[in-house]
Amino acid sequence: MTQSVVIQVGQCGNQIGCRFWDLALREYAHVNKNGVYDESIGSFFRNVDSRHEDPANIPLGHGKGKIKSLKARAVLVDMEEGVVSEMMKGPLGEVFDCKQLLTDVSGSGNNWATGHKMYGSQYRENLSEVVRRAAEFCDCLQCFFVLHSMGGGTGSGIGTFILNLLEDDYPEVYRFVTAVYPSAEDDVITSPYNSVLAMRELTNHADCVLPIENQALVDIVNKITQAIPSTKTGKRVYSHPVVKTESALTAGTSGVVSSSKERPFDKMNNLVANLLLNMTSSARFEGSLNVDLNEITMNLVPFPKMHYLVASQTPLYCMSDVHLPPRRLDQMFSDAFASDHQMLQVNPKRSLYLACALMVRGNVELSDIRRNIDRLKPNLHFVNWNQEGWKTGLCSVAPVGQPYSLLTLANNTCVHNTFSEIRDRFNKLYKRKAHLHHYTQVEGMELADFTDSLESLNSVITEYYSLEQSMGQPVVVEPRLQIAS
Amino acid sequence: MSVITLQLGQCGNQVGEQTFSTLIDDIYSKSTGVTSKENQDYKDSSLETFFTQSENGGRDGLQSLPKARAVLVDMETKAIAQTLQQARKSGKWSYHDKQWYSQKRGSGNNWAYGYCVHGPKSKEDIMNLVRKEGEKCERVGGFLSFLSLAGGTGSGVGAFVTQSLRDEFPHSFIMNQVVWPYSTGEIIVQNYNAILTLSHLYDTADAIVVMENDSLHKICAQLLNIKNISFRDINKVIAHKLTSVLQPSLDDLKYLLFFLIISGYMLERLVPHPQHKLLTVKNIPQMSDIAREFSVYQWPGLMKSLRQMLIADAPMEEGINWEVKPATRTSSGHTCFNKSLSTMLFLRGKDSSTIDASMFSDPNIYTSWMSAELASCVSRQPRMFCDYDKAAALVSNSCAGVKPLNCIMQKAWNMFSSRAYVHQYLKHGLSEEDFLDSFVSLEKVIAGYNNL
Repeated sequence: MTQSVVIQVGQCGNQIGCRFWDLALREYAHVNKNGVYDESIGSFFRNVDSRHEDPANIPLGHGKGKIKSLKARAVLVDMEEGVVSEMMKGPLGEVFDCKQLLTDVSGSGNNWATGHKMYGSQYRENLSEVVRRAAEFCDCLQCFFVLHSMGGGTGSGIGTFILNLLEDDYPEVYRFVTAVYPSAEDDVITSPYNSVLAMRELTNHADCVLPIENQALVDIVNKITQAIPSTKTGKRVYSHPVVKTESALTAGTSGVVSSSKERPFDKMNNLVANLLLNMTSSARFEGSLNVDLNEITMNLVPFPKMHYLVASQTPLYCMSDVHLPPRRLDQMFSDAFASDHQMLQVNPKRSLYLACALMVRGNVELSDIRRNIDRLKPNLHFVNWNQEGWKTGLCSVAPVGQPYSLLTLANNTCVHNTFSEIRDRFNKLYKRKAHLHHYTQVEGMELADFTDSLESLNSVITEYYSLEQSMGQPVVVEPRLQIAS
Repeated sequence: MSVITLQLGQCGNQVGEQTFSTLIDDIYSKSTGVTSKENQDYKDSSLETFFTQSENGGRDGLQSLPKARAVLVDMETKAIAQTLQQARKSGKWSYHDKQWYSQKRGSGNNWAYGYCVHGPKSKEDIMNLVRKEGEKCERVGGFLSFLSLAGGTGSGVGAFVTQSLRDEFPHSFIMNQVVWPYSTGEIIVQNYNAILTLSHLYDTADAIVVMENDSLHKICAQLLNIKNISFRDINKVIAHKLTSVLQPSLDDLKYLLFFLIISGYMLERLVPHPQHKLLTVKNIPQMSDIAREFSVYQWPGLMKSLRQMLIADAPMEEGINWEVKPATRTSSGHTCFNKSLSTMLFLRGKDSSTIDASMFSDPNIYTSWMSAELASCVSRQPRMFCDYDKAAALVSNSCAGVKPLNCIMQKAWNMFSSRAYVHQYLKHGLSEEDFLDSFVSLEKVIAGYNNL
């Protein structure tokens, strides 16, 4: 089985990462009750003998050895110390390898140029080194997951710098990026600059990007919190009017981090962490229709630059409380296509699907998927050359505490709306040359970076938009080759 | 003489395992309908062809289990581990130790990755396994390989391995059994993968036996009454069809116990022209075990249905269109029945040696340039098959294989017109010309069949 390395950059990236490792440990604790170090757990963790100064790797062998001590296949990068050192001191600290982290003290000042150009060239060797260390522990490294935000300086700047490094050093290994986009009322003034500058790097150097909007996460979390039963009349009132423990959203007591210390962003970050777990589940656990990570890009990316995938996860209510009665299975499939379940503020139903993956976990049959595809398809628009653009996966291991779950990944033209909004915000600043000097004074940063990035973003928007325009138009089919008889 | 089986990719391994199970079940089935001497001959020949048996028996003095003459190939470990375990669990047969090859990373649904990267890299190891298996045979008649058209490993590595086999064993027959994916698929790029595989197999294999998941699904639902159909059920149907062809039978002309398949004789008869290699298997009767106990059927009825299944191209005996007649033509003068190039009929069970099969040598159902005597061939076996007291199977080289091919070509061409997903293939060393070459060669195949 293959392994993945998670690279978490900046405050946002590290916080998501923290939730991810907590939930991943909880999932394995639930599935792997015997404490055996097998191939599946090996895809995210290595087994080490912690009695040594530099914990030695215990080889997998036949996959039947006991877990001694787990180290996450993670690389932690931040240009401030706060978040990372808090994590290292916290209950999850032991799971991280202190040789796989890199910090500075002064931060990137919400400036992409500082992160990408200044710190990038300054720390190039060190970054290569920490990544190499994580990569060398893998015997078949398949995928890097890079987690960062788009609005700040460190995440967007160094995150995309690392992406370039990965492409140079590990051209064979897939690069998946989970990028958190700022909301319109973001408190960082320069976030539009940072996002657009980072977008160019994502477009050119990532294999696959999962864009996530902060605001969409906020809305989903609110929706879940409102849905807890205590607010309904006639139902038993729970003493804690918060989301129940043991749910996917809180991680709660069965996770390593106790819920009492929960921070405001944790619920939102849990959603993203779950996304990563669900996406990789079919590669990690058995199932009747396995989906390996390389199959995701193969099936969902028809053109090299159109690799932005909109994700949605259902059922959400189960995430808030496992004791709620499970909703009908078909409802789960319908919800996954509703706009309020998307991790971007978009409505994919109104736009054009280029391809769509349904990744199901738990107690669901092949025939359930076929039935739901037939049921949903009439209401969705698929591009004319991919009328049957469905990729399906069936993993038999359900998420902790849920009977089943569904993750959809859609390559849908609706992302052009999100990107256009960012472009508009960018242009508002750029027209007045506001704050530009903060960027240009960084060594290596030029005005051309701005124009190039803007152009790159424009071309992505145009590609998606022009495909969307073809929706409903009569299709001109190229005639097939004729054989002269 | 023996046949070596190659199981390629997840689907190939599952189907291969199921086929060996069905062969073994039939070999050891209790109801034979023949004398024990005849039955022993049948058993011995079948075991000799598809399995090896150690002569001095197992360590505990008992006869050791037959071991399949097979090589298992997948680029991922999960499917092979499962296959080996299934076989071991059966308690009736097993695979040879270390006759499998796997890598850590799958082909990711990418034909080019399988063909251009995994194929060359694993060629030597796989061919060594094949040679090792060959050394266990007194004489190798040929190769039978199982693969699906949709994925990356079975199709990509499979096409490459078939080519290597052809280079190394130029005189052995190679028959590929391919599984046609569901038309609304589980893989988006399956149409590309399918045309690339087929066009390559067409150059190297002697025959391609086509099984469609869609019709197999129907057989499971309607004839076998299965509610929640799994891949295992579908594979069982495939295995049943193949086994009914592969098991020993007697040829009409020579009337000797004669392995049609292993001498390559079957393929010589069935594939008279290199432009026509697509074979389909139709068989009758098929029913669930419970229904079988309460069913009575007679030879004339079976023969009549089977013939109509051929003419009307029906996948099963239920819902055959009886209106189609060989002579009928549309107003434009085209024939509207399924015209054949050649057929081979297998009759098994009670009274099979006396049945009149002349309705299959009717020149009207064949293309004009084949003489009906050469086009049709009957082979018989009085021993009961898989507990059916009468069973018939028909392998045909006919237009039936072209219909799904045409459909896949259309979809693949639509996608190719906009060059969607093509970059994923170019990344691993394929070129747009390679795609075009595949399109051209398959358009030729389609045209060839349409001109019959």
